[in-house]
Amino acid sequence: MDPTSRAFIENAHAGLANPVLRRALGIAGAGFPARRAEAIARLPEFEALRDEGKAIKDHTIAHLDHYLELYEKNVTAAGGTVHWARDAAEARAAVLQICRSADAKIVTKGKSMVAEEIALNDHLEKNGITPVETDLGEYIIQLRHEPPSHIIAPAIHLMKEQVEDTFRTAHTDLDSARIIAEAPQLCAEARAVLRPQFLAADVGITGANFLVAETGSSIIVTNEGNGDLTQTLPKIHIVVASLEKIVPTLEDAATLLRLLARSATGQEFSSYTTMSTGPRRPGDIDGPEQYHVVLVDNGRSAMVGGEFQEMLRCLRCAACLNHCPVYTAIGGHAYGWVYPGPMGAVLTPALIGIAEAGHLPNASSFCGRCESVCPVRIPLPKMMRHWRERQFVQHQIAPAYRAGLAWWAWVAQRPALYHALVEVKARLLGWLGGARGRFRALPLAGGWTQIRDMPAPEGRSFHALWAARQRAQGTGGPR
Amino acid sequence: MSARDDILARIRSGLGRGASAGEADAVAARVAAHRRNLIPARAAALDPAGRVQLFVTMAEAVQTTVERVSRDIDIPGEVARYLAAENLPAELKMAPDPTLDTIPWDERPLLNIRRGKAEPGDAVSLTPCLAAIAETGTLMLVSGETTPTTLNFLPDTHIVVLHASQVVAAYEDGWDLLRDRKGEGPLALPRVVNFITGPSRTGDIEQKIELGAHGPRRLHVILVDDDPARRQH
Repeated sequence: MDPTSRAFIENAHAGLANPVLRRALGIAGAGFPARRAEAIARLPEFEALRDEGKAIKDHTIAHLDHYLELYEKNVTAAGGTVHWARDAAEARAAVLQICRSADAKIVTKGKSMVAEEIALNDHLEKNGITPVETDLGEYIIQLRHEPPSHIIAPAIHLMKEQVEDTFRTAHTDLDSARIIAEAPQLCAEARAVLRPQFLAADVGITGANFLVAETGSSIIVTNEGNGDLTQTLPKIHIVVASLEKIVPTLEDAATLLRLLARSATGQEFSSYTTMSTGPRRPGDIDGPEQYHVVLVDNGRSAMVGGEFQEMLRCLRCAACLNHCPVYTAIGGHAYGWVYPGPMGAVLTPALIGIAEAGHLPNASSFCGRCESVCPVRIPLPKMMRHWRERQFVQHQIAPAYRAGLAWWAWVAQRPALYHALVEVKARLLGWLGGARGRFRALPLAGGWTQIRDMPAPEGRSFHALWAARQRAQGTGGPR
Repeated sequence: MSARDDILARIRSGLGRGASAGEADAVAARVAAHRRNLIPARAAALDPAGRVQLFVTMAEAVQTTVERVSRDIDIPGEVARYLAAENLPAELKMAPDPTLDTIPWDERPLLNIRRGKAEPGDAVSLTPCLAAIAETGTLMLVSGETTPTTLNFLPDTHIVVLHASQVVAAYEDGWDLLRDRKGEGPLALPRVVNFITGPSRTGDIEQKIELGAHGPRRLHVILVDDDPARRQH
């Protein structure tokens, strides 16, 4: 999809002003963290598993070339084919060529963020092939011609009223007097509408949560069962996966699976965890006749060895989105591309460039919740800071902002001057704040005071208060 | 340069090394050892009977229904009871698997049983399973000539026959069952391994969980209480 990340600030304002989005994000922002916390409380080993998960991914990335070669060898031995794609165009071409070889008309799809990343649906449609999204959330947004707003719950920005409207507009052959006001009716309608598509599809495309080097297998994790119908019924199964999905062994996959569902939805395990190895075997009475893997690089190999390498550990669980005060206020569409929230703020600039996505790593208060919930301990705030440093060094920020930062850095490196200035500022603002103790308007802080008051300092800086406290306790001043 | 060689060269350049033999040996050794990582004590610390009980508790927590019977000969009666209780017609599509042949289906002549893969009209399926994982109440099913995968997903109702002796602690025990099967290399693995934990569900509309999104709305386990210490596989 074409990014709109340059318009992040406008997008974010639109999100904040959208009452439906506020309600929808209110539900998600409360539910996901609570369910995750409950699931983790039930598993005393969770923190140790996070350490192991991190170590597995670090080891794999440090040997990624060899694991990819082993993976390909085993896919081939099982009768499948690996197609390597340097970029989105090569990945789209590989999928299209496979579809054409089978003269495919209808292609069913399981939810895949990499397929969104390479804009696969548009490409298939342009070439006369109908892609049908089968994950309920993806199906809803496909009907609405919208991108996903969340990496595991693509339609999280909608309430049931919007879904009802969408279905009434799309399913015109159904009785217009039918009642589909509630979620069970909407789910039943989607099930009924999509079932014939599953059966008619010539090709099924899924993503992969993991690729197992030891066995040449792909693993998908779903709750709906749509991914399984997608990959079982058609003649051809295509897996579209990015190359950092590799894990060494089945045992390593088991460890990461223990982290994934708990971090994502707070489930002990998702309803369906499915491991597939090659096409239909001799004697099998169902299953696809061909099994293809389109292995997508699209910028990842350039992250190896650099300051963003740790991002390649990401399991795409969305815990960082669900716990982010920025994401849960503005929603995923504001970020303007496939990957929103903290993981998107780090990954998107790496994949589409910091010039395009420069706002994203700046959309963080560095509260640190993302890193604290990441199942593989990705230091997301640190990497957002790396992007900000790059923008500064490469003069990619507004001159006034840059001059302000340069001035601040100059002062901050001179502690005596810094403390003196802070002390003056605190006293001045404390005096100006007066008895009210807050400001309705402040120069340079209009963005803040437009919608809320700015509290005034009490008149003394933190440093001064701390020094006084230490003196009172007889432990000397700060050093 | 092919895309493959180009991508591998970029990765090696990022890692600051060539395609060294030493690294390849380390990878081969790790894969050959396929060492277990940390396994939660929740199930691993239990005796066989405790594992079976944990499986039932965890499965029921995710809306799997479990009915325990004492012998294989009780299975047809339980199937008939369940279908009647759920107001379903007394007909089912059963996996053509020999492990189900010894069950005395003739004693329930009103049960209309067909064997084979699932077809679009099939409302109820019945399958065996390879194992069950106590840790999360998960069933482990594998594809094969007599165990088609479509039975696990197309029908509205999926009935699984499980013996207590098939209940293992963790996913890794399930992998070991696969590794114990005959053969070498990827083809020794079944084409598909399905870990199934409850019926199909979605939370895509306002985060409310609805059962029966695309896969089965109902998942019913008939748990035959053979001696749980007697491993059948």
